Amino acid sequence: MSLPGNDTTRDGPPIVVEGLHKRFGSTHALRGLDLTVPAGTVCGLLGPNGAGKTTAVRVLATLAAPDAGRVRVAGFDVVREADRVRRTIGLAGQHAALDEGITGRDNLHLVGRLHHLGARGARRRADELLDRFGLTEAADRLVRTYSGGMRRRLDLIASLVTRPAVLFLDEPTTGLDPRSRNDIWSTVRELSAEGTTVLLTTQYLDEADQLADDIAVVDHGRVIASGPPERLKATIGTRVEVTLADSGHFATAACVLSALTGGESSLDEAERRIAATTDPDRSVTLPGLIRELDAAGVATLDAALRRPSLDDVFLALTGRTAPEHPAGSGPALERTTR
Amino acid sequence: MTTTLTAPATGRQGPVAAEPGRLRRALSDSMTLTLRILLYYRHSPGLIAASLAAPLAMLLVFGYIFGSAMQVPGGGSYRAYLMPGLFVLVAVNGVVPSMVGAARDIGRGVTDRLRSMPISRPAALLGQTLADLLVSAVVLAMMVGVGLTTGWRIHDGVPRALAALALLLLFRFVMNWVGIWLGLLVGREDIAGQLSVLVFPIGMVTNVFVPTGGLPAWLRLVAEWNPISAVAAATRELFGNAHPLGADAPWPLRHPVVATLAWSALLLAVVGPLAVRRFTTHGR
Ligand SMILES: Nc1ncnc2c1ncn2[C@@H]1O[C@H](COP(=O)(O)OP(=O)(O)OP(=O)(O)O)[C@@H](O)[C@H]1O
Ligand SMILES: [Mg+2]
Repeated sequence: MSLPGNDTTRDGPPIVVEGLHKRFGSTHALRGLDLTVPAGTVCGLLGPNGAGKTTAVRVLATLAAPDAGRVRVAGFDVVREADRVRRTIGLAGQHAALDEGITGRDNLHLVGRLHHLGARGARRRADELLDRFGLTEAADRLVRTYSGGMRRRLDLIASLVTRPAVLFLDEPTTGLDPRSRNDIWSTVRELSAEGTTVLLTTQYLDEADQLADDIAVVDHGRVIASGPPERLKATIGTRVEVTLADSGHFATAACVLSALTGGESSLDEAERRIAATTDPDRSVTLPGLIRELDAAGVATLDAALRRPSLDDVFLALTGRTAPEHPAGSGPALERTTR
Repeated sequence: MTTTLTAPATGRQGPVAAEPGRLRRALSDSMTLTLRILLYYRHSPGLIAASLAAPLAMLLVFGYIFGSAMQVPGGGSYRAYLMPGLFVLVAVNGVVPSMVGAARDIGRGVTDRLRSMPISRPAALLGQTLADLLVSAVVLAMMVGVGLTTGWRIHDGVPRALAALALLLLFRFVMNWVGIWLGLLVGREDIAGQLSVLVFPIGMVTNVFVPTGGLPAWLRLVAEWNPISAVAAATRELFGNAHPLGADAPWPLRHPVVATLAWSALLLAVVGPLAVRRFTTHGR
């Protein structure tokens, strides 16, 4: 049944957060968070532990009340029109929220009934989702007997029962095996293509890179950077790493690198490695680098350019410098994030 | 335009958008949540057996061990006196599953899941208490069976006996709400489990096991004004069992049926809104 003037959403961006503050006793979890997520896009919320991501999601999902600020979901105020908000959203929290004493199928079935899909509609939807996420075999077992990843998946699909217009996923793939993670990723992509607006938090930067149209980096309860992943990466220069054949060439090599990158170079005497990061507006090519080093008479064992990853962005923004990061010392061109 | 994209996403399910009336929605939500608890019992049939264990153990200890040396003032068998008291304990024990269940739901995040859905808040709690009511009706029926086989009798006819059972279920319902409120208040299953041990001593300082006439004055005051005593007296009166009163028994014991109704209404009026409020604001 389609309604004239569909009242389940209002025009405008489905998620608008302005100056959101939230305290827990003496902890100031959110200190003026601003965020806008346009319709049909995926926004990735990144941030170190304790940054306030879960708190933000809980406020958006009407579970926590803001202390100050304006928060609207699907055009409805999360405080004054909480019930309208609840009718449009799906939520999969950071910790699975399941009834352990009943079966997986019944968990979904109950969620469907609570959303008034009717007994038959709820059953059909539960079957559909179980099938789609490979849980049919386990569906009639008690959730108590599920593995961690199975719980996570069941919790996630419980948030999809109503095909929500706005979906909140708090660390949706934590603890999932690669296949399940891929399933979730493709689901998020599909939902987004169908017009669902998704806000997801994650600790996996490649996940944000893969899924998010926009990323907001949160630290100490504030958004400290936001934009498409490519643009965020462009704010960080390319990293140049050279391993020298002869440690006597350190000074010369440092001069060459500084001239090329416009940045300071750092030395690793033990590994005979020298590294520098380019200014964001400069570009360096590998042949160019080698030519310059040759011309200066520097003998090299290895030279590499590493395009910045979201990890670098994250580390640079949240105040820890790249060299502290163990993987930052390797010559890998691409690094996998755990 | 955003609505053309999102409309199929939500509108596809008709019933969500159709939005039945508030009351109908609330009723349907309570039924669904009743179903949830019933499913839970279906997978743990041992729970019903377990809730029979405590009253049966007391029947053994008090009815047969202490009871062998007990005299009821004014005559009559002690077991016939005790039995209605044990029925009342079944009702009072309604605090336990509700308290532990509410605390467990908080711990498991189920409370948050429910709170993030468009569910009427009182309906969410009502569903849990209704399910418990159905289960406790079964437990009570079993206890009546045990009573009848161990020498306890109904003396004033079936209608009054049914009224007694209805009163017991009403009190159980009230105790469920008390339990839900306490469970939401403590919010932790382990603490709720520890607290439930308190139900026993609170049930002891009453006329459930012995008539209050012989208690020291201060304890007698507490016991006679304990709502549980009124329920036990009302139950005995309606079943036609002896309930000997001290000469200066207070009003609730002399009008136990009215007192039980009044206590129930009062407790419900206080604890119900507190529980709903706590559910609504938990973790905010
Ligand atoms: N209920 C609460 N009571 C007290 N403090 C809280 C509560 N919830 C969150 N906090 C505090 O608020 C801050 C933000 O927590 P939050 O859970 O939002 O972080 P997060 O970004 O989700 O972290 P993580 O990546 O570890 O999940 C933390 O300092 C946390 O200790
Ligand atoms: Mg979190």
